[in-house]
Amino acid sequence: MRIAIEAHGLVKGFGEGSARITALRGVDLTAGFGEMVYIVGPSGSGKTTLLSVLSGVLRPDDGKVLVEGIDIWGLDADALASLRLQKIGFVFQDFHLFPRLTSAENAAIPLILRRTDWDAAVAEGVKNLEIVGLRNRADLPPVKLSGGEQQRVAIARAIAGRPEILILDEPTASLDGDTGRNVVGFVKEHLLNEDRCIIVVTHDSRIYDFASRILKMEDGRLTGTLEAKS
Amino acid sequence: MRGILLLAFKLLVNDKAKFTALLVGIIFAVFLMVSMTAMFTGVLYRASATVVNIGASMWVMDPSVDTVQNTIGLPAYVLDAVRSMDGVKYAVPLYSGGALVKLPTGRYQTVTVIGLDDTSLFGRPELEQGRIEDIYQENGFFVVRDAEFGKFDNPKLGAEFELNDHRGVVVGIARVASSGLYGIPTLYTTYYRALQYIPSPRFTMAYVLVEPKSPADVERIKRQVAKLGYVAVTKDEFMQKTADFLIHKTGFGINLMIMTLMSFVVGLSISGQTFYTFILENLEKFGALKAIGAKNRELVAMILFQAGFTALVGYGLGVGLCTALIGFAKLHLPDYASRISFLVLGLAFGMVLVIAGVSSYFGVRRVLRIEPFDIFRG
Repeated sequence: MRIAIEAHGLVKGFGEGSARITALRGVDLTAGFGEMVYIVGPSGSGKTTLLSVLSGVLRPDDGKVLVEGIDIWGLDADALASLRLQKIGFVFQDFHLFPRLTSAENAAIPLILRRTDWDAAVAEGVKNLEIVGLRNRADLPPVKLSGGEQQRVAIARAIAGRPEILILDEPTASLDGDTGRNVVGFVKEHLLNEDRCIIVVTHDSRIYDFASRILKMEDGRLTGTLEAKS
Repeated sequence: MRGILLLAFKLLVNDKAKFTALLVGIIFAVFLMVSMTAMFTGVLYRASATVVNIGASMWVMDPSVDTVQNTIGLPAYVLDAVRSMDGVKYAVPLYSGGALVKLPTGRYQTVTVIGLDDTSLFGRPELEQGRIEDIYQENGFFVVRDAEFGKFDNPKLGAEFELNDHRGVVVGIARVASSGLYGIPTLYTTYYRALQYIPSPRFTMAYVLVEPKSPADVERIKRQVAKLGYVAVTKDEFMQKTADFLIHKTGFGINLMIMTLMSFVVGLSISGQTFYTFILENLEKFGALKAIGAKNRELVAMILFQAGFTALVGYGLGVGLCTALIGFAKLHLPDYASRISFLVLGLAFGMVLVIAGVSSYFGVRRVLRIEPFDIFRG
């Protein structure tokens, strides 16, 4: 298995002195292409912090993150931003879609940031909406879509430009049980392939059966691996 | 970068409520600034109406004269002295003073009387009706058709009036480049008729009008006049002198400046606050863009573009609105004293840039401070 992302000895804390909270206490992790890796744990276990460090959004106090062999925390800010843009797609917990843009325009944002021509980017966004089954919603703004549909627009945005790594942060948090399972199931079936690694942060046990591997996190450490049913 | 700016454009204009509020703030500020300063410019121009209308290249006067209306009589020898100076092509006397005329209806009306050099009639106005030589007719006067023409009962050629027990006859209807500021009709006649008809102090000559032989002689003439104890100024200098008096020696300039500043502050407040609110409402989205891979300089470019675009559109609409209203006012008041000069437009543009700059500064600061991690944290 080709390694997509690996982390060694990650340490991260917040605050100073007696108020300091250590969110990561020496985390080691690998995720390979073709894997859908879950990071699960109770609230406050450090899942979001780990996700942020792995994706180049939050600098660790110590440790290394290698994305396809590149030490991302050795890069300057612009290079790191470019790496995220090229290699990582994000599906945020609250989607963070632009209400003043259409679904197609939202889906095109990573391509626009890559300096793709606007019309070409939006056309690609429409294609990605087709992949997630929302072609007929391309001209609607997100406010006119259901929660599940907004989630899929967020997924369409995340896969714009075909990133190798997809990060899903609590993908079912804003959705009901069936919708959440449908979305995650769709991601596994249509977006996971040998050239892509998907990392999911969740505490929703209803979707555990879609995982390739489930890493359990507690108090800033990866404490073990849960059995994955897939 | 075009796509990123187009993204910024859509984020801005698709939020119709915010965009409208932003525009209204800037349009309001620009409208007030331009109309205030245009009115001030118009008033200053009108205050120098006599200088503009006479058109002499140089004016000799008593050093105490502040504005063209506040004349102090010059002794007769000054005219001879100036005529004999090096560099003077010719010099003529000018009378300027106020008088009270009695109209045929029995009503009294204050007027300004300009007495032109009898020989040359230098400084004479263009005539709409009548002939220029008719001013030499007995009791001949020209009446200027400007905003105050109606106060002279809209006279026709041949109309009569009374001035200090003297009979006056309208032999010409004149038009001038600029109406006066003080709202009274203007009459033109010959210099010596003016002296005859109007009670005068000891020295009657208000100004000596000078035409230099060449522009190079202007400074030399000034020095020679200064030796006499008087002052010679060019047309532009005299207009500036009049403007300076109004700006610095009356409350007019200060009050206009205060009003203009208040307009600027109001515009800055409305636009600045609305733009900052716009940024705050979209802060998470900017954070999401950062997380996805937008660089700081790209986000800064977006914000600057949004502020700049709004400022330019608001400036254009504000100037357009002001121009339209001034045009409308001039339809009903042809001599409405308002002039939009390039200086006025430039001043308003500068202030709009400041508004855009300040608005975007606080927005940029806020956006640069946001951490993408905050998006994950929720």
